[in-house]
Amino acid sequence: MYRLLNIELHKLKHSRSSKILIITYFVLLTSIALVAAIKFDIGPIKFHLAEMGIFNFPYVWHFNSYISAIFKLFLAIVIVSMMSNEYSNKTIKQNLIDGLSKKEFILSKFYTVILLSVVSTLFLFVVSLILGLIFSSYTEFSIIFSDLEYLLAFFIKLVGFFSFCLFLGILVKRSAFALGFLFVWQFIEGIMFGILRWKTNPDIASDIMRFFPLNAMSNLIKEPFTRLSAVQSVANQIGEKFNFDYAIHWYEIAIVMGWTALFIFLSYLLLKKRDL
Amino acid sequence: MDSILTISNLTKKFGYLTAVKDLSFTINKGNVYGILGPNGSGKSTTLGIVLNVVNKTSGDFKWFDGNTTTHDALKKVGAIIERPNFYPYMTATQNLKLVCKIKGVAISKIEEKLDIVGLLERKDSKFSTYSLGMKQRLAIASALLNDPEILILDEPTNGLDPQGIHQIREIIKQIASQGTTILLASHLLDEVEKVCSHVVVLRKGVNLYSGRVEDMISSHGFFELKCNHIEGLVKVLENHPSFGTIKVKEQLVTAFLNEPLKSETLNKLLFEKGIVLTHLVQRKESLEEQFLTLTNNK
Repeated sequence: MYRLLNIELHKLKHSRSSKILIITYFVLLTSIALVAAIKFDIGPIKFHLAEMGIFNFPYVWHFNSYISAIFKLFLAIVIVSMMSNEYSNKTIKQNLIDGLSKKEFILSKFYTVILLSVVSTLFLFVVSLILGLIFSSYTEFSIIFSDLEYLLAFFIKLVGFFSFCLFLGILVKRSAFALGFLFVWQFIEGIMFGILRWKTNPDIASDIMRFFPLNAMSNLIKEPFTRLSAVQSVANQIGEKFNFDYAIHWYEIAIVMGWTALFIFLSYLLLKKRDL
Repeated sequence: MDSILTISNLTKKFGYLTAVKDLSFTINKGNVYGILGPNGSGKSTTLGIVLNVVNKTSGDFKWFDGNTTTHDALKKVGAIIERPNFYPYMTATQNLKLVCKIKGVAISKIEEKLDIVGLLERKDSKFSTYSLGMKQRLAIASALLNDPEILILDEPTNGLDPQGIHQIREIIKQIASQGTTILLASHLLDEVEKVCSHVVVLRKGVNLYSGRVEDMISSHGFFELKCNHIEGLVKVLENHPSFGTIKVKEQLVTAFLNEPLKSETLNKLLFEKGIVLTHLVQRKESLEEQFLTLTNNK
């Protein structure tokens, strides 16, 4: 495993564009901290986002993993191109001739996906922990380390999404088209949802849609905004009451893991069947 | 003799097209083999199959004693196919380091192999800045990294200028002289004739000949004759038991031998019959002529 990871990292290490994208990604992850600096002080209206409770433990885990997941697109570009460039440079052919098996080739990519996801999750953990320790109203040990399942969901979500990117890279062989396909697929899922809603009812529609890959991934971590006490108190004043389910369910994790396994397996199958 | 690669009844179909048809041959240790065939005769497909990048339709092949998986066997093989494939953004050294990691070889070999192909001064230039000849030489260096049991070269001089072709051939000859088994696919006959001891001739995926190069040129040669009375000459030759086909083209008579015959015997015989030759050449077919006969007749 170390050998395969080493091979893939060698390829990434010397590619300038991959390096820039990866660094940008981690800089952006850190930039969540900048939210803390958002501060309005216009006469009577005083607004300091960090003091609205968004960095309160354990809410910070939910909020940060939701926001950070948006930046995954930067890594998606790296992953799609690390796959499709092997085709356009024909280096995949050379790798196989040099003695890498097709299975090892896919595994070396998948291990890299896992490594990037692990590093992202650790990074998110450290950034959130620091922000929480600075701004949170509660700093009891048991509160800090509750709701950590959001980090697990974040990890699973990244692995699932990147595996999808790997698969698209192999399927389409051109990075631009593969990324285009990703957007088109997002669009298709949206249209599917619309049709299902129209033909049946919203409940059945979302029950079915939770099995679609991108939907399943975005279902893992629900939007955190309506959970914020400040937002809820405003809602209460205008007579609304939110009653959403913010928890992460085991079956949601299972669906995304199922897709991950399927994407990796299909990538392998595709590589095995194809003549290069 | 130790066999390195055994191919038996290998077939590859691309849809309706049969690229390789029921092909069998064996590569033994220590020989230099050539695979000859016109473009599209299935040379690259055959190499692609044994190198794990093209899937076979039927038949079988085995590396070495047949007990190693293909990808493990390939770690003991050095191969370059069609055009050199490297990561354009990496330097020569970085590219070769990657190959070392894949093959599981020590990186200390890199400088030595770059020296063999004469790229040592350019080792830290990006691959994308290389000329085609340099790329091809880097590919050879990469194939040599693991001190392979067999070196497979597919059209190594394709697209190179005369100087580049010469450099590559010198490198191949040097490697062959050290006893490495070589399998060279080419449509350039003099290339094969100059370096190879054994040859496999393919046409439309069918094996036309496989064996030693000398045995391929098995005929007794032919005479090229000229004289002032062509008709009389042809008549004498047609009645002589040693001759087979006789061709007349622009006053030049070409007579193919069925059995050995010395030029002085023929000259004497013809003079006795009152025919005075103005031109007499005895020749053996070149590999090229033999190859054309083989690939056209069947």
